[in-house]
Amino acid sequence: MKISFSPEDEQFRKEVAGWLKTNLTGEFEALRFRGGPGDEHSFPQERKLWEQHMAKAGWTCVGWPEQYGGRGLSINQQVIFNEEYARAGGPGHMSHIGEGLAGPTIIAFGTEAQKQKFLPGIVAGTEYWCQGYSEPGAGSDLANVKTKAALNDAGDQWVINGQKVWTSLAHESDWCFVIARTQPGSVGHKGLSFLLVPMDQSGIEVRPIEQLTATTEFNEVFFDNAVTDADNIVGQPGEGWKIAMALLGFERGVSTLGQQMQFRNELEGIVRIAKENGAAQNPAIRQRIADAWMGLKIMRYNSLRMLSGSEDGSLQREAMIYKLYWASWHADLGKLAMDVLGPDSELLESGPYELTRLQSMYLFTRSDTIYGGTNEIQRNIIAERALGMPKEPKGRQ
Amino acid sequence: MEFAFTEEQEMIRDSAESFLQDHSSSAAVRAAMETESGYDPQLWTRISTEMVWPALTIPETFGGLGLGYVELTILLEEMGRNLLCSPFYSTVCLGVNSLLVAGSDAQKQQWLPSIAEGNLTATLAYTSANHWGLDSVQCLATAEGDGFVLSGRLKYVPDGHTAGLLIIACRDEGSLNDQGISLFAVPADTEGVKRRWTPAMDQTRRQAEITLDNVYVDRSALLGTEGQSGEKLKTILQLAAIGVAAEQCGGARQSLDMTVDYTKERVQFGRTIASFQAIKHRAADMMVQVECARSAVYYAACVAQEALFCNESGNNVIACELPEAASLAKAYCSDAFFHCAAESIQLHGGVGFTWEYDPHLYFKRAKSTETFLGDSAYHREAIAQVIFADSGMEQETLS
Ligand SMILES: Cc1cc2nc3c(=O)[nH]c(=O)nc-3n(C[C@H](O)[C@H](O)[C@H](O)COP(=O)(O)OP(=O)(O)OC[C@H]3O[C@@H](n4cnc5c(N)ncnc54)[C@H](O)[C@@H]3O)c2cc1C
Repeated sequence: MKISFSPEDEQFRKEVAGWLKTNLTGEFEALRFRGGPGDEHSFPQERKLWEQHMAKAGWTCVGWPEQYGGRGLSINQQVIFNEEYARAGGPGHMSHIGEGLAGPTIIAFGTEAQKQKFLPGIVAGTEYWCQGYSEPGAGSDLANVKTKAALNDAGDQWVINGQKVWTSLAHESDWCFVIARTQPGSVGHKGLSFLLVPMDQSGIEVRPIEQLTATTEFNEVFFDNAVTDADNIVGQPGEGWKIAMALLGFERGVSTLGQQMQFRNELEGIVRIAKENGAAQNPAIRQRIADAWMGLKIMRYNSLRMLSGSEDGSLQREAMIYKLYWASWHADLGKLAMDVLGPDSELLESGPYELTRLQSMYLFTRSDTIYGGTNEIQRNIIAERALGMPKEPKGRQ
Repeated sequence: MEFAFTEEQEMIRDSAESFLQDHSSSAAVRAAMETESGYDPQLWTRISTEMVWPALTIPETFGGLGLGYVELTILLEEMGRNLLCSPFYSTVCLGVNSLLVAGSDAQKQQWLPSIAEGNLTATLAYTSANHWGLDSVQCLATAEGDGFVLSGRLKYVPDGHTAGLLIIACRDEGSLNDQGISLFAVPADTEGVKRRWTPAMDQTRRQAEITLDNVYVDRSALLGTEGQSGEKLKTILQLAAIGVAAEQCGGARQSLDMTVDYTKERVQFGRTIASFQAIKHRAADMMVQVECARSAVYYAACVAQEALFCNESGNNVIACELPEAASLAKAYCSDAFFHCAAESIQLHGGVGFTWEYDPHLYFKRAKSTETFLGDSAYHREAIAQVIFADSGMEQETLS
């Protein structure tokens, strides 16, 4: 057990920090610290340009194998890259769904032709992805998806009908991976397939949904005889559930460390305010800030343990607690931010409903405990898979 | 960076686990609880000669195994899981650490080999007040002739009534806080040392009161420089806090495991109570805390390793994290253990409230270790002082 990085890794840290220092400037300066969760709606076009700029220097998809355009970084170097990126205030990745979810899934389960077709656009920052899982009747109970897909008579295209909901950044995306029912009459996780669907077509309609922040980053997506080529299916028809679940495993990767650096930036901002406005003298606030600080450190140690542990893809205990832990921590931080601000916390940046960054963070953290599997679902998973307690009874057979 | 155990470390854990399951069963713990010494001397002999655990962190030049703090916390976690009643914690986390941090080579040579062989137990006595900050050091040391006269009353001394060697903190008359503090290594049978077992709510850990009635010690008993050991004492207490946190982490784990086992057996309403979501979710929350406690302790152990062996091969940058890592581990594990032990009673229902079942032993251990060396509020305030880089609240008012 060792917590220090090797001299080579420390050298790499300097390289990353140095590149960011000279490149995250000029036209990109305004993007610093922008575009994270809760701020996804800001500067989408500029952030895409920044990602293309990074791609030219080889700083996208750094953990992917080199043969697929990645940098093939070791886990330690990925940790370092993500930490330095967030430390420098690197803007939230528009491509996180492509780079973090779609790409790894295609690398793991796709055909060689699919890899050639889809991966370069993700690496170059020219093609963006969204995740079509949830539906009105399939949230926590994801296996209940109703969206249907069937091959046309010619057998060269899938024809898709149905509706997805809460699809983040669908309006900014070129592709969507869709879980659809391809075996008529099937129920539950059987008979589902994992399809890659182009967004720019007449069969797809994207309707924005306004969030409680009065901004819009997720959407309803309607499929009305939408189509995609027959070979844009990952795995075999009927294997959709297996692939959908494996993908959720990729969510708990190294990028979590970058997210933590972002949290750290937020917490440091709160500490600064507490010093300025005198909240730092309040013993109750001091305790809560110390608690938040501890929680963040523990989050880092948890992920270092997770990343140092088995790489066979099986979920270890520390990986199973990860989502529940950070989401709850972040929701507490949102509340803490408002409490440190005191009565000022109510005042908007400007009318009619322009939130300050911290207000936005505070409100947005309410979704952390919902998306990607709610806290309750996380607790079910922990109890059933890690502690071996009985499964929830289901109403459906 | 490799934040995972090596194979050798896993082996140490496995052997500790099986030894303690055999020798620190509930029955064994309950038998030890009935004795005044608080432990079974035969078991202690096996621990020191067969398992050679007291020798673990003692450098090879002083007759030890020369292993590190990570290995130590692995043992402590397993001991905490099984509520081992023994003078191990006091001897190693207080005695050996004090000598390693503050002793000269001659003093280490004088004491460490006997500890490594299992012939000597040790402890640290420093507080005279109802709290744990350095201003609780109130015994006085007065230079006299070629030595010192020590006087005063020391409280809550772990295994203070049985330890063979007492590391005692005293201060110069009129000094305050971390100033004027000296450390002494005093054999327990020195004239003027009076010791009294103070029975406690947690019967699995012994504590004592020690009265120093004008105890004369030779200058060779002084560890480090006269009146200059405040910082050293802080380091010793930080290392000690990490040790308790490791025990707490094991205790929290066991509280969870025994609760989950019980809920899988107990049937109500025609189904095991483990099938109720209200219970599953509480068990899941306990597991989150247990895993976080482990992360906090293992990280702190790596920091302690660098700090303790700082001058040899240690990494100074990491060693600087010791105060924060120690307070973090102690604060988190105190709360986690208390939470898990309390939930354990609740989820056992009526039997959880009996003397016969074990949850109360963990619940009591959770409270006694939470109090010891400062509770979570005390340690969070210590962290707040780091964050705000200020002198902070008065520590006494918090402990
Ligand atoms: C900001 C945001 C972005 C999102 N982005 C995407 C996206 O890009 N793509 C996508 O596919 N989806 C996305 N989602 C959807 C998200 O994954 C779902 O909202 C989530 O899975 C919960 O489903 P639901 O909203 O239908 O709630 P429900 O499943 O109806 O849950 C309602 C409540 O019931 C509880 N509950 C449900 N089942 C159980 C159970 N078995 N035991 C105990 N309690 C239970 C839940 O925990 C919750 O508290 C996003 C959501 C948000 C808020």
